[in-house]
Parts: sequence; structure tokens; C-alpha cells
Amino acid sequence: MSTGTTGGRAPAGRSRLPLRPLPVGDHGLLVELDDDTAVEAFHAELLRRAAAGTLPAVREIVPAARTVLLDGLADPGRLAAELPGWDIPPATAGDRPAIEIPVRYDGPDLADVAALWDTTPEDVVRIHSGTEFHVAFCGFAPGFGYLTGLPERHHVPRRATPRTKVPVGSVALAGPYTGVYPRSSPGGWQLIGTSDVELWNPDRDPAALFSPGTRVRFIPVSTESQEA
Amino acid sequence: MTDRAFCVVRAGALTTVQDLGRAGHAHLGVPRAGALDEPAHRYANRLVGNPETSATLETTLTGCAVRVRTDTVAAVTGAPCPVTVDGRPAAWGAPVRVPAGAVLDAGPATAGLRSYLAFAGGVDAEPVLGSRAADLLSGLGPAPLSDGGVLPLGTPYGPPATVDAVPRSGLPLKELVLPCVLGPRDDWFTDACLRTLATGRFRVSSASNRIGLRTEGPSLERRKDGELPSEGMPLGALQVPPNGLPVLFLNDHPTTGGYPVVGAVPERFLAAAAQAAPGTSVRFVPRRSRASG
Repeated sequence: MSTGTTGGRAPAGRSRLPLRPLPVGDHGLLVELDDDTAVEAFHAELLRRAAAGTLPAVREIVPAARTVLLDGLADPGRLAAELPGWDIPPATAGDRPAIEIPVRYDGPDLADVAALWDTTPEDVVRIHSGTEFHVAFCGFAPGFGYLTGLPERHHVPRRATPRTKVPVGSVALAGPYTGVYPRSSPGGWQLIGTSDVELWNPDRDPAALFSPGTRVRFIPVSTESQEA
Repeated sequence: MTDRAFCVVRAGALTTVQDLGRAGHAHLGVPRAGALDEPAHRYANRLVGNPETSATLETTLTGCAVRVRTDTVAAVTGAPCPVTVDGRPAAWGAPVRVPAGAVLDAGPATAGLRSYLAFAGGVDAEPVLGSRAADLLSGLGPAPLSDGGVLPLGTPYGPPATVDAVPRSGLPLKELVLPCVLGPRDDWFTDACLRTLATGRFRVSSASNRIGLRTEGPSLERRKDGELPSEGMPLGALQVPPNGLPVLFLNDHPTTGGYPVVGAVPERFLAAAAQAAPGTSVRFVPRRSRASG
């Protein structure tokens, strides 16, 4: 198979990702990919090209669950036409070590999560703190990351009744994601623990501890040993 | 605090500090924020000799009044409104001298919704991520004005340049006509539904705010059930929540969302949307993307 294939079909043996650029207004593209691994690889490629100066000027690059939004492009049609030809290597862990987040696994929903996982609360702590997570994307609030890494059998539903107030620092699960609340807010996620780490501080550089691509490990600490 | 400041005498329904916003942080969950009627904001700044990046005050429907602590030059643009200085009528859409101790009052909008007050030197609120804009979704930037509050003014930039061309603002408005590029999720809606988008009579809902212009009118029913995994939301997105009533995302919109976006309104038309008062009739003019041929 040679050039001239349609859409985002990857010729056999090439590391081309199936991707589908969709129009967003006159200056944007929403690029749809097969799964979160493909999103991670494509997003990393975009950042590489932006750093190398070979990506057209763009105002926002917003990865999400299955898509990456590019907004503020002068000529989105041209980029859309080029994308299927990009060779995109698989995402790698990168050279930066994982950020370590100390957690007191004392959340009010720890027992419920253990029941959903058909195991004990101690095992939830062992499994959760033994997983390397990856910030798939951010949203909901500044500094809130949607972290992936748990296998599908450990995905959990949101709580039937959302809480009107989830405390700041709550470590929580919903669907495939783990999140840490950067501030107190309403929320329907399952709360399994608490962290004192400051996830968001606009006076700090970087303001957000979690940005797309960041690797994260949760370190269990006892209730007494983590001081604010 | 120096005397380069003003005290809020009448905050009005909602008055916020705005500039051109903090674009470039959407991937961190940070909304863009910034003046909704950007041409009016830019124009107000030019009238008082500021760069267009200076912060202004954005009012909502009822205007606002401030007592300045220093001699200054101010200008009111955007939604037309009666302007007074210590009760004496002053010009709208032109530089106005306001002596120290005087009250500058921008009254209720006579058309449109949002007026902009610029002061020589700009409103010198503390910047967050490079912008002084109040973001009402995430709470970044200065809080909305409250009666008795004090905000600093920056150092004037010098005499204003002659303003020879009035930029297009969102005014005046009898009907809000919003061109709309279909996608990315128009395939979630039936053809009948897309015709309804083009022909339906919508109105601006009173539940509209800086996050989004909400509409009342015919409901757009989905072709597909189920949930859309969260995806990036652009400024101008026309998102359709489960009740089928389109919401046009304005500057404080969430950066990601899970409801399908049937189309996107190009940014140059959003100033008009920002000036459309509740009850204004809305017409969408959908078209296919130029990029997709």
C-alpha cells in the first residue's frame, strides 16, 4: 500500500496512529484517537513538534479521554491533511521520575470501593499505591487531573448521590480515573484518601502539579505521619 | 495603598475586572476568561491611552459607579448607558476627565448588556497566570466588585492616541444571528434536528452568564444515546446538554465536557452574543467547515 490511502489508516508495519480530525469552528480541530494510549502518544508528538518549532502556531492543545483539541490554528484544514502522514512513536514513560503524592488512605468510601473490588480495604491501599498513574488530561477545576493506570476490573461507578462538599486534598476514584481535589467542591467520586499536597498554586511555577503526561505514584502514610 | 485607586460606590448586578484573558492554559483546566465583548474592551482602552491588554471593568445590565481617588481619564464603551461624573452628564464612548474624589457612574444599559469602563493606567488588580481577568467558573483572578471595595489603578501611559476608527462591537441588537460551523459532534444529531437548529426560533435565556449563553426554544434531540468521553471544549462551542437546549460557551466555559458539541460559533461573533440580553431572539446559521471541504 502506498500513499493515497484515505482517512487515518496506518499502512502495515508503520507506526502511524489511526486518527480522525474533526472540524471545530474555523480555527480548530478535534483529533479523535482509538484509546487513551494513542491520545498520550499523539499529545506527546504534538508537544515535541511544538518544542521543535515544526507545529503551526496554536493557542490551545487540550488532550482528553479519546481526543486532542487544537484551537487557534490559522489553517486547520492543512494540518488535518498532514496528520495521517505523521509517524508517531508509542508513548514512553519519559525521563522525568513519577511525582510522589503522600496519601492517608482514610477516605469514607474506602470500604465501599473494597466491596466493589471484591477485596479488603488493605488490598485497595496496596493495589492503588502499587500502581503508576499517568495524568491523561485535566479539567473540572484548575489543577484537577484525570489519572489513569488502574486496570478495568478496578474501575468504579460514581456515587449514586454526589456530595455537596468534597474536602480539599481528597483522593478519589470514578470510572477509570483517580483524581485529587485541588480545592473543596461538590463531587460524586468515591473518596479513598486524603493528601496534603498543594496541587494548584498560581504563584508557583508550575502552577499545576499535574499536567497531561505527568506520572504519579501515591505513597501511603499513616494518619499521624503526614503533617500539613 | 497609594491614591491611585478607586472605591466601589455601586457594584451593580455583576461587575468584574477583565482583560484579554489567560489563553494557553486550557490543558490545565484553566478557562480563558477575559472581556466578553472584546472589541468594546479594546476600544475603551484605546480611548484612555492604554494598551489593549490593560484591565477594564465589565458591567452587567445595571452598570456600576466608582469614586476615584486621583485625577484620571476614563471611558465607557460596550452597551450604551447614561454616564455621569458627580451627577453631571458625561460622554459615552469618549474619554472623560474624572477629578479626584468624583464619582463616575455608568448607568443601566439602554441597549445590550455589558458596558466597559477603562481608566488611564488600567485596573491594577493582581495578575494570575499573566491575566487580571476574573474567571467566574474557577474563581481565578479578582473577585467581582462589591460595594465599598477598593481597587488600584496603574500608572497612566500618556495622552491617548487619536482614535479614528470605531471597532465593531456587538451592538445594537434586535436579533442575534450566529453563524455556526457544524461539528465536531453533529453526527450525534438527526438531520431533522440540524434543520431545527437552522430554522428554529430560539431566545436568550435569563440563566445565561459569563460561562455560557443559554437558549430557550426547540429542543435538539440526539440520534445517539450514551455518554461522550470528556473532550476539549473550545470557546464558541454550541454544546447540547440532555435537555436539548443549546448552550453557547463564552469565555468562562469549562475546558472539557461530556455533552456533544453540534457546532462552533466563530469567535468574531461572540461579542454580539455577549451583548444579547435575556429574551433576545436568536437565529443560528449552520454551515459546513471550510477545512473539511
